[in-house]
This record gives sequence, C-alpha cells and structure tokens, in this order.
Amino acid sequence: MVTDAVVTDADLALESILDRYGRWPTHLLQMLIAAQELDGWLPPARITRLATALGLPRARVEGVAGFYSFLYLRPVGRYRVLFSDNIIERMQGSQALMAALAARLWVEPGKVSEDGLVSVDTTSCIGMGDQGPAALVNGQPLTRLTRERVEAIGDLIRCGVPVADWPEEFFRVDDGVCRRDGLLGLAMAPGAALTAALARGREGWLAELEASRLRGRGGAGFTTAVKWLACRDAPDPHKVVVCNADEGEPGTFKDRVLLASRADLVFEGMTLAAWATGAREGFLYLRGEYRYLLPHLEAVLAGRRAAGLLGADIAGQAGFDFDIEIHLGAGAYVCGEESALLESLEGKRGTPRIRPPFPVTHGYLGRPTVVNNVETLAKTCLVALQGGAAFARTGTAQSTGTKLLSISGDCPRPGVYEFPFGVTLRQVLEACGAERTQAVQVGGASGVTLAPYEFDRRIAFEDVPTAGAFMIFDDQRDMFEVARNFVHFFAHESCGFCTPCRVGTALLKGYMDKLADGHGAYRDLAEIEWLDRLLKNASHCGLGSSAPNPVIDTLVKFRPAYERRLGRADFEPAFDLDGALARARQMTGRDDAGAHLSNAPEAQP
Amino acid sequence: MSEAVPRKLKVATVSLAGCFGCHMSFLDIDEYLFELLDKIEFDRSPLTDLKHCGPCDIGLVEGGVCNAENVHVLREFRRQCKTLIALGACAINGGLPAQRNHLDIGHCLQAVYLSRPGLAGGHVPDDPELPLPLDKVHPIHEVVRVDYFLPGCPPTGEAIWRFLSDLIAGRTPRLDYPMLHFD
Ligand SMILES: Cc1cc2nc3c(=O)[nH]c(=O)nc-3n(C[C@H](O)[C@H](O)[C@H](O)COP(=O)(O)O)c2cc1C
Ligand code: SF4
Ligand code: SF4
Repeated sequence: MVTDAVVTDADLALESILDRYGRWPTHLLQMLIAAQELDGWLPPARITRLATALGLPRARVEGVAGFYSFLYLRPVGRYRVLFSDNIIERMQGSQALMAALAARLWVEPGKVSEDGLVSVDTTSCIGMGDQGPAALVNGQPLTRLTRERVEAIGDLIRCGVPVADWPEEFFRVDDGVCRRDGLLGLAMAPGAALTAALARGREGWLAELEASRLRGRGGAGFTTAVKWLACRDAPDPHKVVVCNADEGEPGTFKDRVLLASRADLVFEGMTLAAWATGAREGFLYLRGEYRYLLPHLEAVLAGRRAAGLLGADIAGQAGFDFDIEIHLGAGAYVCGEESALLESLEGKRGTPRIRPPFPVTHGYLGRPTVVNNVETLAKTCLVALQGGAAFARTGTAQSTGTKLLSISGDCPRPGVYEFPFGVTLRQVLEACGAERTQAVQVGGASGVTLAPYEFDRRIAFEDVPTAGAFMIFDDQRDMFEVARNFVHFFAHESCGFCTPCRVGTALLKGYMDKLADGHGAYRDLAEIEWLDRLLKNASHCGLGSSAPNPVIDTLVKFRPAYERRLGRADFEPAFDLDGALARARQMTGRDDAGAHLSNAPEAQP
Repeated sequence: MSEAVPRKLKVATVSLAGCFGCHMSFLDIDEYLFELLDKIEFDRSPLTDLKHCGPCDIGLVEGGVCNAENVHVLREFRRQCKTLIALGACAINGGLPAQRNHLDIGHCLQAVYLSRPGLAGGHVPDDPELPLPLDKVHPIHEVVRVDYFLPGCPPTGEAIWRFLSDLIAGRTPRLDYPMLHFD
C-alpha cells in the first residue's frame, strides 16, 4: 500500500512538475523525464500518481516509461556511466576502458553496484565520434576518455563527488569544424534571413525555396519546398513546424555542432517554415544524449523572444505569431523517424505510424506538420539571404548546396566538414588525411559500406546519399566486426512493434554472434542472406528495412571476413555442446563417455 | 509406360523436450490419418515404438533439446532423414522447457535432489544410464540443420495435415495466415 498520509518533498516536487507542464498528457514524456530527476528512477508510486493526475491508465504511463532507454523503472546507481558503444568508440578502445572502470568500482557492467552507488553500461552512439571514446555520466557527456581519466573518474565516484564538481575539462565538447563553406562560414545577425523572407512576402519566399531545390538533410532527401507547400495547403488551419534534432544515426554529429554554435540559424529556419506554412506552434525534438545543450538552446530562444523574433507579431509583421518549445527524447533511435518522433512529441511510445497519411497533412495531434532536419532548417536561412538561384549554383543537378559530413574513425583529422554536394569520397578522405582506407561507411549504420574501388563515387542524392555520417576504416580493421556492431545496434533499437524487425534483428544478431564465437558454418551465410531479405521487405519502418544494410554490403564487398569465421562443416551447432554439460558433470561427478558430447555433428554416440 | 505404384514415403517422428502435445495434434487429423497412411509409412515414432530411426524421407521433431540424449536422437534423425521439420514452438524456440534457461542448472539439481525439505541424505543421481541435462534448453536448429519450421503450440491437426500433404506432393509447404494466427 502506498502511504498517502506522508507527503514527501518528492511528492510536492511531482505536483510542481505536473503544473509546469499544464497537466497535458502530450507532455507525459517530458514529465517522466523531469520526475526521474527526483530519485534517479521512477518508483511505482510516482507512475501511479502521474497516471491519476493525467487521467491516463497506469499501464499507458508505465508503457511510455518502459519504452525509452533513459527512463528507469528500477533503482539505478547514483552515478550512471554509459559508454558510447558505436564501432568507432570500440576502435578507440572503449571496451577496455569500460572494463577498467567497472573493475575499479567493483561493479559488473550492466548491473548496479551492491551499495547502489554506481552502474556502468553501454549505450548507442552519443554523437561524439570525433572526440571519443565518450560516455554519459548522469546524462552529461564525457569526451576523450583515456585510462588515466577513467581512473580519475572512478575515484571521483568512489568519493561521492557530485558530477557538477568534476573537472570541467572532462566535459569539454568541441565543435571540431574542419572545413567551412556556405553554411558554416556564414555570420548572420539573428533575424536577417527572416527580414529577407518577409520582404518577399509569403509567396515570394516559397518561390525562392522552390528555386533553391533544397532537399532534406535528414536522410530521405525529400524536396523541402514540396513539403512546406503540402503543409500550407492542407485543410486544417493549425499547422505545426518540428525540428528533428534526434540525430541518432551512429556516427553522425553535425547537428550537434549546429545546435551548439548555430542555434540561431536553426530556430530562424523554423520561423521561416512557420512564415511559409502559417504555423503558430513549433517544437524542437532534442535527443536525450544532447540534453546538456538544453540550457544554451533555451537561452537562445529567450534571446529571440526578447528580440521580437519569436512570439507575437514577429519582426513587426502583424499576425505572424509563432513560438518554439523544446521537447527532450530519452534514448530511442527510432524516434528520429518522423512519425515515431511525432508519437513521442505527443507523449507516447515512439512507435512509427502507418503512412499515409503523411505528417504534412496529419502530423502532431493530427495537425498538418512539417518535420525537417536541423541542417535542412539552417540551410533555409541561406536560401532566404542569397535567394534560391544563388543557393542552387552550388552542388549537383539533383543535390543543390552543401552537405555537412560527420567524419570519424581512422583519420588524423576527424570532425565536421562542409563540402559542396558532388564531392568524391576520395576528396573527402584526402581532406581529413585518411590513409590505407579499406572502407567507408557513409550514412551511418543504416547507410552503405563502400570499398576502395568506389572511392570516386560522389556524395549526392543521385549517387551516394547520406544524412552525414562518414566513418572511416583502415586496412587493419575487421569489417565483419563493423557489421556485427551495427547489427547489435539495430537489434537493441528495434521498437518491437512489428515482428519481422523485432524477431529478424534478434535472429540476425544471433547468427553474427554465432560466427563471431567460432561456430559459423556455410549454412549460416544462407540464413543470414535470407534474414536480410526478410528485414528489407517485410519491416514496417525504415529502421527494420535498413538494418541488414551493413551485412548485405559487407557480405558482397568483404566476404572473406565472414568466410574466415566458418568451419569446414556445412553446419555447426550454435554453442559448445560439451561445454553445456559441464555444470551437470560437476553436480553429478560423472566423467564417463555418456557425460560428454562431441561438437562434430557426425560423431556417433 | 507402366504406372508404377509410388513408393510410400518413410516418416519418423520423435518427442524430445516436449509434452507430446504436438503428437496429439498430429493424431487429431482423424480420418485423414487413413489417407496419409496410403502415402506414408512410419519408421521410428511413438506410434510404432521403434527405438532407432532407419533411412527416412521426412522427420518430424517435437520439443527442444534439453539433455545429451536429445542431442544423440536429434543427430540420428538428421543423419537418417532427408527432410527434417521442427514441429511446434518447443522445437522452434525451446518453448516452455526453455523457461528454465534463466536458472542455473546446478542450482536446479541441488534444489531437487539435495536441499528439498524432507529429503535426507539425497544425492544428485550419477547413474551413467541417465542423460545429463544441458545447462540450457535449445531450439533444435541450434544443434542440427533444419529444413522446415511448423509453428504453433501445438500446430493444429489441419496445419500438420496441410504441411505434410504439400511435402508429399512435392510442393513447398505454405500455410495460410489463419493457420499461423494464434490469438
Ligand atoms: C529509423 C530512422 C531514424 C531517423 N533518424 C533521423 C534523425 O535522427 N534525424 C533526422 O533529421 N531524420 C531522421 N530520419 C529521417 C526522418 O524520418 C525524416 O525523413 C526527416 O527528419 C525529414 O527531414 P528532412 O526532409 O529535412 O530531411 C530517420 C528515419 C528513420 C527511418
Ligand atoms: S521496423 Fe522495427 S523499428 Fe520499425 S516499426 Fe517495425 S519493429 Fe519498430
Ligand atoms: S509446442 Fe506446445 S504442444 Fe508442442 S511440445 Fe511444445 S508445449 Fe507441447
């Protein structure tokens, strides 16, 4: 029984959280994130109280909390260290660092220490690939981890030093901009793009955007003007603009840099979209991993409100009312998919919707909604300032303008590079000083694996499209391990809604692990290829259908990395059969022939 | 050309770590059993009580793999059967018996034979006649190659009948959605 008689400080704090978010169920996720601050986790009583206060079934509230990796329904350590587990960090030695920290703190990875002090675990890529190995401690990013730093961190934790008092240097996040072009080279006074667009009038502004032929930078490459026009023309007058700052694709971090140093461009782009579509409501959906940017982003928003660039009668234009609210994610890659993102914005589990209808007609709360990537929105400022034709002069026929690339992996100068579309892989590799490159993963885990014979291909929607990740692997790397890491990522991030992806990613992971454990056989390659087809063709959303990409590509281009792991037999058991009897042998004291099994399938009993 | 009487296909069946529910469902095909017996004959099967499996066309395996004997029997089936079918949830996924997989088998044996109240001077049986349990229950495809999977707990008699008649007729077995839909 809950003892309601005692009203604790935490209970009072929860009431103020409820009030802060107006007790709207759309803000359930935001309330859960805030409520978790109280104890570090979400005790059952708190879930119950939230459900009652919002008039929601308790199962619904618990279901939402259970969906997100960064919400905890069980007690966690007072310090939670999560090592970013992308292949890039693994190549930088993250696994050994995690083991070292866990050993120093006497805790098993994935478990809470017995005194409740600390837990050490892994998490999906946190967007610090150019300054890793990286980790989150209680949500704050730690970069450039080394053995010494990890030891120091272990000591800070053991002494109970609050994270706020740790050396600032540990949390230093650099922009790491290595090449600037139109966007990163732009020094714009807040409001300048807006003034230019307002001067052209709504129609004129949309005509410029059309002329720019700007395409979305979040992956799919949809033409931005078409999206905005469709939203504007949708019957429902309540339009919404959403900035997708979920940046969950492993190896991508260019949106982080825009948010950290060019936030005005991003918010101004949102306001330009509002001007075009007539939206009054705007949301920026910020991935939980970038929560550390929240105070900065809120400050920029406040500055824009003070300058009359948000709020009522924006830039003096009577009736142009628009404002932006920031919503936090909580560790779910699938929420980058726009319809899952909208579900999450509405305070629900981030399950992708069935489309059509598309967000432009039925988006947030069923309202016509523009969802654009951070970089796309920032680029609209360039269009407003220079005009569409000038913008379209850079790039290629079908891909105008520039692209920000997040470069990481085996090269001396990782970081963010802005190149005109049409740049070849070879040029990019030269710019960052990469040598002896054996493969580049373009577009993240869900992208394509390119081998040296393809390095003259171009970054452009008509050739190699990308949301921005550019991960480099030199000839010392094992491309099977690269693909296996990505398969683990997808299996972990599958939202579980549809069976082909929920089960398919788990099976694929099982086969990749079977090969990694030395139990692979030729037969397994056929199973892997069958699963690849199943995932591609039967998944509900882009996560499942792109999950097999790294395997498909590496099987074609780096097949020996797989074959090397196969035994000579056509079939191998998935586990060590004799080893599986060891415990029973120990318990019975038996060691006769019948107490053993051979792993060779043809062996007779 | 002479009309040769088609050879009857040989079918073997076995229950490993299963509950015989799949076999019961197989028997549930009722009068089709007569039709089936015109086309097949049983080799090793609980229906014939033969203890070893000769060369067969089709092997049906119910249940997962929980001990050393299961491994031997399953391997015999794989050696002898041209087509091997995982029949039912336990064979495909480990099913109910695999619920023990999160427990340590040593602790299980201890709880049953050593520390159970009222059990004085017990010991864990060590008779070489008894098969040793594996530390975990595994689906059969982790131990041998499997050609087809027939899901259900148990698959309905109708599904089994359809599956076998497809196989016998030389068609790739294909079950319609309602036969795979269980809730
Ligand atoms: C699994 C999955 C994850 C995605 N993650 C992101 C993301 O993190 N950021 C993003 O901008 N788009 C992401 N997208 C693409 C969005 O669905 C959507 O296409 C994009 O936000 C549209 O903006 P744009 O037209 O400006 O590119 C993702 C798509 C899928 C299928
Ligand atoms: S494909 Fe995967 S992520 Fe997408 S809906 Fe299905 S289970 Fe969820
Ligand atoms: S699948 Fe169901 S019916 Fe068949 S053996 Fe397992 S528990 Fe019994």
